[in-house]
Amino acid sequence: MNKATDFEHMEHEIEGTVGTPLVDNPKMSTRNVDVFYGDKQAIFGVDLDLAENEVISLIGPSGCGKSTYLRCLNRMNDTIDICRVTGQLLLDDEDIYAKGMDPVLLRARVGMVFQKPNPFPKSVYDNVAYGPKLHGLASNKAELDEVVITSLQKAGLFDEVKDRLQEPGTGLSGGQQQRLCIARTIAVSPEIILMDEPASALDPIATAIIEELIDELRANYTIAIVTHSMQQAARVSQRTAYFHLGKLVEVGETNQIFTNPQHQLTENYITGRFG
Amino acid sequence: MSETTKIVKRSLPKRYRSESIFRAFGLSAIIVGMAFVVILFANIIGKGYPAFLQSYIKLPIYFDEQVIDPSGERDPEVMARADYMGLIKQSLREAFPDVSGRRDKLALYKLISQGAGFELQDMVLDNPDLIGTTQDVWLLADDEIDVYLKGNVSRLEQFELTGRPVVSDVSGEVEITTDGPAFTPVLNRMQELFERELRRATREMERAREKLDDLKQQLVENRDLLAEAERYDYPTRIERLKEIIKNNQGQISDEEFIIKVLEERIAGYQKSLQGTSAAEVDIPADAASYLLELQGGLVRITALGRNSARGTVLNTLDPASDDQGLELVILETPESERRVNDRTIGWVRQLQEQGVVDKKFNTVFFSHGDSREPEQAGIAGALAGSFFTLVVTLLLSFPIGVGAAIYLEEFAPKNRWTDLIEVNINNLAAVPSIVFGLLGLAVFINYFGLPRSAPVVGGLVLTLMTLPTIIIASRAALKSVPPSIREAALGMGASRMQAMFHHILPLALPGMLTGTIIGMAQALGETAPLLMIGMVAFIVDIPQGFTDNATVLPVQIYLWADSPERAFVERTSAAIMVLLGFLITMNALAVFLRKKFERKW
Repeated sequence: MNKATDFEHMEHEIEGTVGTPLVDNPKMSTRNVDVFYGDKQAIFGVDLDLAENEVISLIGPSGCGKSTYLRCLNRMNDTIDICRVTGQLLLDDEDIYAKGMDPVLLRARVGMVFQKPNPFPKSVYDNVAYGPKLHGLASNKAELDEVVITSLQKAGLFDEVKDRLQEPGTGLSGGQQQRLCIARTIAVSPEIILMDEPASALDPIATAIIEELIDELRANYTIAIVTHSMQQAARVSQRTAYFHLGKLVEVGETNQIFTNPQHQLTENYITGRFG
Repeated sequence: MSETTKIVKRSLPKRYRSESIFRAFGLSAIIVGMAFVVILFANIIGKGYPAFLQSYIKLPIYFDEQVIDPSGERDPEVMARADYMGLIKQSLREAFPDVSGRRDKLALYKLISQGAGFELQDMVLDNPDLIGTTQDVWLLADDEIDVYLKGNVSRLEQFELTGRPVVSDVSGEVEITTDGPAFTPVLNRMQELFERELRRATREMERAREKLDDLKQQLVENRDLLAEAERYDYPTRIERLKEIIKNNQGQISDEEFIIKVLEERIAGYQKSLQGTSAAEVDIPADAASYLLELQGGLVRITALGRNSARGTVLNTLDPASDDQGLELVILETPESERRVNDRTIGWVRQLQEQGVVDKKFNTVFFSHGDSREPEQAGIAGALAGSFFTLVVTLLLSFPIGVGAAIYLEEFAPKNRWTDLIEVNINNLAAVPSIVFGLLGLAVFINYFGLPRSAPVVGGLVLTLMTLPTIIIASRAALKSVPPSIREAALGMGASRMQAMFHHILPLALPGMLTGTIIGMAQALGETAPLLMIGMVAFIVDIPQGFTDNATVLPVQIYLWADSPERAFVERTSAAIMVLLGFLITMNALAVFLRKKFERKW
């Protein structure tokens, strides 16, 4: 199987990205992004735009660099000592890797939801209130309550937890925990939400709820989602980007990618010939 | 059956056998370990618990105005300087009017602790109205008396005899006759004791003779060697052999002397044993003491028959006394091998009969500092010293240790230098603690000029010692916090420090506290480095601050273990019990904290 993959790889040497990686009026635009782990290069010259109020899915086989790319967008890679990012990444025309850009501010604007639900070992209320308190977004308790309740409502969790706001967030079910993490993220009103396989640890019902939620959130936020499930990508996203071995192979309308992929590698992947 | 199944099946018994062998090893290791712990605790508690009780003697004390405050002004300074020991001595003289002569009186005064005067002083200063009155006061008994009362001086046997004694005199050498064979049970016991002593002496004699033979044999051989060396004219060897021979001869004469003494002793016992059927048996002077109590006095028996005895009066008899009993006490340890003589024992027994001797809870042990007098020695000074030392240690080592751990774990760049630091911290944990003491002596005392024997220096030294433990435990605790929590916090826009202090530290804190408490327990039990910085001095005053001279509990234990007085043996064990109590409490606290604050995620 490996040999076949290599064969495919050899045959379809990736040269540039096919499709439409760039859009007009991007919320975020990245040009020529390279990422290195020590001496090893993980991402090769990715050009990609995130449009306002769209959901873009990043798909690709394991180890293709889609999570690494996602983590560049709010500089989460800074926490890894050996990781180095080059290229131009602009959020509303501001370079996020510029000297003057504070990662703390950036992460308030670009929120992130992780693969495994990771609520703080605190109460449900404190989990959601942490961000607003941290950034001083609420001036008094009433405002804070308001933010917490709205966020929980937006995350579709309020009705389930309204009677146990003071109970530990870690006591919720897996799906509820993930929605709590989403509520926590939107409590600071970010402009972009990055989701790294948000439903991979959840059962189908919880997954469906999360997917619905993503669709609703699109009205207010720009969302980039990494997923292994092509059905999920097809269900929630408007555009899809296919990564392969650290390179961005193809970007296009989700419909077009799944029905009429232009690159051979994309076709191989979505038809399940490797992955 | 497939081939694989066969092979696996064949190997199964062997696997199970090795498993059960391993289990047996583990179990026996645990049993052996537990047995040692049980033996240790039983030994320490068995030895130490008597120290929590202390003997007191109740005496009527007349608070004589002439002695305490001759001017009658009730000036506290004058009253503080009065001779309170004199009041106690007065009371003792009145209790035993027959004691005369300087030496006897000194022996009598030794019933009461030398420090008892201070108790009277405190009483009078608290309440000057006592002056001019007579009060019954419980006074601390001397440590030797305490040891005797706790049964550690000699085995003691009592015989209640029946018979009406007639005594030739009230003092000096007396003859006692009874109207029946009153002394028969004592004589029987005496025979047994003599036989036992005889057997013991004979055994010792045999051993001494064997040794003598060996030595003589060696002497012969060495002389042969000397003759040979002289024949070949080998000067250094001749010199050496002559020395050895001289040494040999000395040993031989020593051994011959021992044999002579033993021979005499055996002859004495044999004579006494032959005499048990005779009218009267002589009791050798270096044998057990036979004390006869009658008519309110005490006679030391030198010869005993079935219905007669001869002896020396130790405490004057009073034929008018209403004490009609006849009691004989055997103290198996000879008087020459005891620190409490027969006469003193007689006094104590008399006081006991009056019901004025009692054991009370030993408050002195918990309220006094160290003392040369065991009955006045307590652990309060050492406890205060340990407290101040540990406060310094905790205040320094916890913040430094946790800070270092946080920096190394969270902020330090991963490079060669941090690796080097890490290796060195781990090595530091294995450095012998006395090295830290040397360091403390050189740096803190000699260079910085901090005071010797002070808790502040002890605390600094113990900080150095416990730091590696705390850093390692804290880093392990930080490492055990799942990275997802850190990512969540950073993803929310928390700075690294906020992520650390809001989320990671609270989760790691129980582990850090456990490590710190274990480090503190280690510091509490540490002796060696403190010896180097002078915390081993004899300090009577209870330290009041961080720069006062002080010692700590384990060093106090070490000092007491070194003291010759018998009463310090039980105090040593009692202090160990207190120390163990603190250590167990601290470890229990560590377990409790871990259980209470351990969070699941």
